[in-house]
Amino acid sequence: MQGLHASESPTRFAPMILDDRDKGIFRVARTAFIDEDVLLRERDRIFNRCWLYLGHESEIAEPNDFITRNVGGKELIFNRDRKGEPHAFFNTCPHRGALVERRPKGNAISFKCFYHGWAFNNNGAFATRMSPGDYPEDFNSDGCANLTRVAKLQGYRGFYFVNFDPGAMSLDDYLADAKGILDIVADHGPRGMEIVGSEQKYSIRANWKLLVENSIDGYHAVDTHATYFDYLSEAIGGPAALSKRSFVWNLSGGHSSIEGEAPWGRPVARWIPAWGEAAKAEVDDIRAELESRVGAERADRIARMGRNTAIFPNLIINDIMAITIRTFYPLEPNLMNVSAWALGVKGESRGFRKRRLDNFLEFLGPGGFATPDDLEALEAAQRGYAAHREAAWNDISRGMKRERFVSTDEEQMRCFWREWSRRMEDAQ
Amino acid sequence: MNAPAAGASAAIEKPLSRADYEDFLYNEAALLDEWRMDEWFALFLEGAIYEVPCAGAPDNADSSEDLFYISDNYFRLGHRVARMNKESHHSEFPHSSVTRMIGNVRVLGADQSGVSVGCTFVTHRSKNDVLSVYCGHHRYVLRAVEGRIRIVSKRTFLDLNSLRPQGRVSIIV
Ligand code: FES
Ligand SMILES: [Fe+2]
Repeated sequence: MQGLHASESPTRFAPMILDDRDKGIFRVARTAFIDEDVLLRERDRIFNRCWLYLGHESEIAEPNDFITRNVGGKELIFNRDRKGEPHAFFNTCPHRGALVERRPKGNAISFKCFYHGWAFNNNGAFATRMSPGDYPEDFNSDGCANLTRVAKLQGYRGFYFVNFDPGAMSLDDYLADAKGILDIVADHGPRGMEIVGSEQKYSIRANWKLLVENSIDGYHAVDTHATYFDYLSEAIGGPAALSKRSFVWNLSGGHSSIEGEAPWGRPVARWIPAWGEAAKAEVDDIRAELESRVGAERADRIARMGRNTAIFPNLIINDIMAITIRTFYPLEPNLMNVSAWALGVKGESRGFRKRRLDNFLEFLGPGGFATPDDLEALEAAQRGYAAHREAAWNDISRGMKRERFVSTDEEQMRCFWREWSRRMEDAQ
Repeated sequence: MNAPAAGASAAIEKPLSRADYEDFLYNEAALLDEWRMDEWFALFLEGAIYEVPCAGAPDNADSSEDLFYISDNYFRLGHRVARMNKESHHSEFPHSSVTRMIGNVRVLGADQSGVSVGCTFVTHRSKNDVLSVYCGHHRYVLRAVEGRIRIVSKRTFLDLNSLRPQGRVSIIV
């Protein structure tokens, strides 16, 4: 049996997962959630090398639009220049470091640092006239006074990602089979998708990897979210049971997804009686448009099924009673910042938008009927790990020997952990 | 105004004194501090709404267009209250310790739906040895019905730029 035994003195990065496929046992060392050195190594090997979610194209819809955002622990500007070309810059002045843009979003043809006044075109080029003699004649001939560009910026179906590693593989290759899920989400509407309104910015006193697990965990729903299902069964006027039939997709590269049918209504496009007859006509129209665009079989999958997807390392796209995009970053081993958004169909009616947002809020977010209980569970686990010396392992074996996995198994988490461990433990 | 038809009549609601509203708000805060959730819910008129937009949202934030934390109609608010009373509401089990300070009470106007009353608040929540502070302002539409002040709508604006480090709004702020 491979792996680190609890009583062995740990060589720092000895394997932290125990993956015994013959016996059907999978374990994760609890030190992975609390160790400072693990976090340092994650910064280096994961967050500085993987493709990280930056934003959605709808957030910078027009030329000169910008947003500022912390991604992978670094302050970035994501913007379009005058020609509409997207860019990602580090939001730090080449002079002495101040943020050059401090608003969360806006429209600007240039950025000006307030500290000493250096200014930049929105393509990053230094654009300040200096008096002769202040700087050498050929100052900035090496680009030292331009905004520093993020090594790589690429988009797929409207989802933009950055990579801080100039040698990284293409986003296309990195996303692997997760592209299929992004295709499904992007196909919800005929005119594409958009972020709806505000960002939910919150934090959790737990290790970031616990939120990856939790976001694709079909096993916890009934226990952790009992009060949500109490509500739902009354809201839909019938039993609120999750379908027994479900799928687990290993999307490779550490990405994974669970898919299945659920009792809640879906804005695209699963009507429930509680929405009333007028909404039924609207849902029927949405469904018909979807079928004509993507075919009956694919439309059925998009409309009827929901899916929770984790894209390695820290992007969650849950297309359930509504669509949420969620990303998070560890400030400390036991503290993460979370950013969550609602994604909606461009051009949907006000009434339908309201229904989508209601669906979102009944379950998701800091005031939802579910997310706060997830936070409590994650924080409870984190507190438990203080006893890692005596109680050293998490068990993630559920369903490991099954021939066909179901969403209440833990295979989707094993997909994450195998990739995590490959990146953390490889000799590099 | 987002106020629904709850209790609406053709006449403009006549404002009571500020002291009347202060008494009402202090009493409401006490019900919440003491986790008397059913009594708190009974302050709401049927059809009332309860909303908490995202931190920093403007007073005209619209839950049909913008993502909030909470946008409850009367039905869902009833379930939120029922959830508050359950042990399976894990985030508030055991109940957090909470205390609310209400200040700067103002009568802002009146129309057919009721009297607009504003106040500021600071709510402290303590759980698991962590203290969270929520501050902001409430906007109410209130009506006097059979001698009692009742809530037509309550909107809570968090004057914060994010929910870091508070993390959640699993209490009634
Ligand atoms: S730090 Fe920006 S101009 Fe000096
Ligand atoms: Fe959950």
